[in-house]
Amino acid sequence: MPDLSRIDEIVASYQSTKSPLIYILKDVQKEFGFLSESVLTQVARVTRIPLSDIYGVATFYSLFTTKPKGQHIVRCCNNAPCWVNGSEEVLQKIKEYLEIETGETTGDGTFTLEFTSCLGLCAVAPVMMIDDQVFGNLTPEKAVAILRDYKTKGSANA
Amino acid sequence: MKSINVMIDGTKVTVPEGTTVLDAAKKANIKIPVLCYHPDLPPVAACRLCVVEVKGDRLLRTACSWQCREGMEISTKSALVRESRKVALELLLSRHPMKCTECVRNGNCELQDVANLLGIRENPFEYNERKGELDLSSKSIVRDPAKCILCRRCIRTCELVQSVSAIGLEGRGYDVWVDTPFGKGIADGPCVACGQCIDRCPVGALYETSHVDRVWRALDNPQKHVVIQTAPAVRVAVSEEFGLEPGALTTKQMVAGLRRLGFDRVFDTNFTADLTIIEEGHELIGRIKKGGKFPMLTSCSPGWINFIEHFFPQLLPHVSSCKSPQQMFGALAKTYYAQKFGIDPKNIFSVSMMPCTAKKYEADRPEMNASGYQDVDAVLTTREVAVMMKQVGVDLPNMHEEEYDDPLGVSTGAAVIFGNTGGVMEAALRTVYEVVTEKKLEDLEINAVRGMEGIREAEIDLNGLKVKAAVANGLYNARQLLDKIVDGTADYHFIEIMACPGGCIGGGGQPIPTSKEIRAKRIEAIYEEDRGYELRKSHENPAVQKLYKEFLGEPNGHKAHELLHTHYTPKSQYESDTAA
Repeated sequence: MPDLSRIDEIVASYQSTKSPLIYILKDVQKEFGFLSESVLTQVARVTRIPLSDIYGVATFYSLFTTKPKGQHIVRCCNNAPCWVNGSEEVLQKIKEYLEIETGETTGDGTFTLEFTSCLGLCAVAPVMMIDDQVFGNLTPEKAVAILRDYKTKGSANA
Repeated sequence: MKSINVMIDGTKVTVPEGTTVLDAAKKANIKIPVLCYHPDLPPVAACRLCVVEVKGDRLLRTACSWQCREGMEISTKSALVRESRKVALELLLSRHPMKCTECVRNGNCELQDVANLLGIRENPFEYNERKGELDLSSKSIVRDPAKCILCRRCIRTCELVQSVSAIGLEGRGYDVWVDTPFGKGIADGPCVACGQCIDRCPVGALYETSHVDRVWRALDNPQKHVVIQTAPAVRVAVSEEFGLEPGALTTKQMVAGLRRLGFDRVFDTNFTADLTIIEEGHELIGRIKKGGKFPMLTSCSPGWINFIEHFFPQLLPHVSSCKSPQQMFGALAKTYYAQKFGIDPKNIFSVSMMPCTAKKYEADRPEMNASGYQDVDAVLTTREVAVMMKQVGVDLPNMHEEEYDDPLGVSTGAAVIFGNTGGVMEAALRTVYEVVTEKKLEDLEINAVRGMEGIREAEIDLNGLKVKAAVANGLYNARQLLDKIVDGTADYHFIEIMACPGGCIGGGGQPIPTSKEIRAKRIEAIYEEDRGYELRKSHENPAVQKLYKEFLGEPNGHKAHELLHTHYTPKSQYESDTAA
């Protein structure tokens, strides 16, 4: 059971902020990894904002998640400029390599695969983002090489 | 207020500043189609059906939310407007299952109406089902998100009218839908089962848990002695289901119609409304004399009881221990009535006709079995009774007039006003005044507690003893009073709370639509019915007097406590608490 008292501290730190919910959720997700039912219920209790409102915000923004995710989040751009530059082939190869569909997490918990909207890097399309790192000018092979790199780094850390 | 002039489709209209284009168009007799707009709620401009062209503006404007400005020229019928509305509607229809004949709202559906008005005969967009599962968790309310058109009237009602917020949007864009947090059933959250969301839903995405089949089964069973009680508020509304104007009184035709359905006895919840006044009035007098929790809060509205159990459990000792009239009736039907007429209570099937969906939940509460059986076996909303009548060809407006059965059908005018906000308070004061002062109350109509404002206050002088009273309708308003009790700033003796706007006449089980105008007409009809009674004070009800003499003994006595009083259960507003 996670220590929910951290939530009280996070909420208190935004006491003077107007409309603090998004900031609170961002910090809470950082603390707990994802926004579980018990975590959001505690946010509702402390902020006195209805749980249904908080849940609406948590599910509206794609950077919030109510389900546990992998160690690394892979986000592939699915907007038009990337698409005309071959993002579909890149995505297909990534799915084959990770053996998951978008929205899913690999069995070993290393990767979660998602879509993202335009990252503003159309000059180097197609692009993907892994955690906070951006990768451009992708080809299917290049994408897999990057992922393989993350995988070995991950197991080296373990 | 400043008046401004606008031109709508070439017609000059003068309206007060701040008027929306939608209301200005109404004034010019132009009907603009709407789906997400509801007169009880602030606009959200979600459905895009009410778009109009405003001269000089680059974008189309939504009439429901756009305010008139001096000299504004508006077109509600240009080619662009017509095409935009059509596409918006086609897109909504492409996410709607179109199984109209299987839907509870067939024939009374705003989406059907608008599609018909706009002349939609085919849809170029292919059907794509909306995600979200049928939610059958509640005893009162069914949610079918597949039919939802995302107007958010339910969400706004739950949040702004009731301050409950049991439902909200989940996800975004094309995949958004209305849901409870984490997709739990509606029964697992703070839902109070009031059914106001049903009343605001333009389609069949929300409806009551039906008891029609179980009532027919009982009526078809020759072993069963089937009795029905009818709530005060249903008699001023059921006729709307048969096309009459709101406020048309058809009480006696309704009695005849129910008898035609096959009920062995047609009784009146009014009988136990009078009884409630005696019990609750004596409870109030007792608290004043002996000292008790103040303010005392009424207990007849089961949505309200659910609300206080979920949101203010610490205030439960303030609530009157009296059961609601429905449950008092249920307890007496299977004891007093059964004994008096020599009927085995296990063969009695007790049905109620209610303006309310929370009554279904209330009847199913585990503690509601004072008779040794489930006191009330089935609860039909006003709408469900109309369905049953129509199924077998009962044409309500043209029925002859019949009277309620004795003895549980005898009542006074004080009971019928239970059906609207302020009525329980007024009925209680009529009795408490006479019991305390031992003087005759000359002016029966206590106007200070009448009206439709969310919260009303009054001070009544009982022979020098001043009783401070407050009345709230709608749970948002109730919450304001409860916050004052928590703060220690509420110096009232007695507070009446009804969960629904306008009281029971605006209940979640009443005919759809319900609006402020319709509620006002139903209230008028209630007071008209009251004026028509010879007896207008609960303690004068001869059948209730006889009940005490023959069966109950004293008000608030031992037997009365056993059968007519109850207790409440503190609850959490969060499902994860109950699971723990």
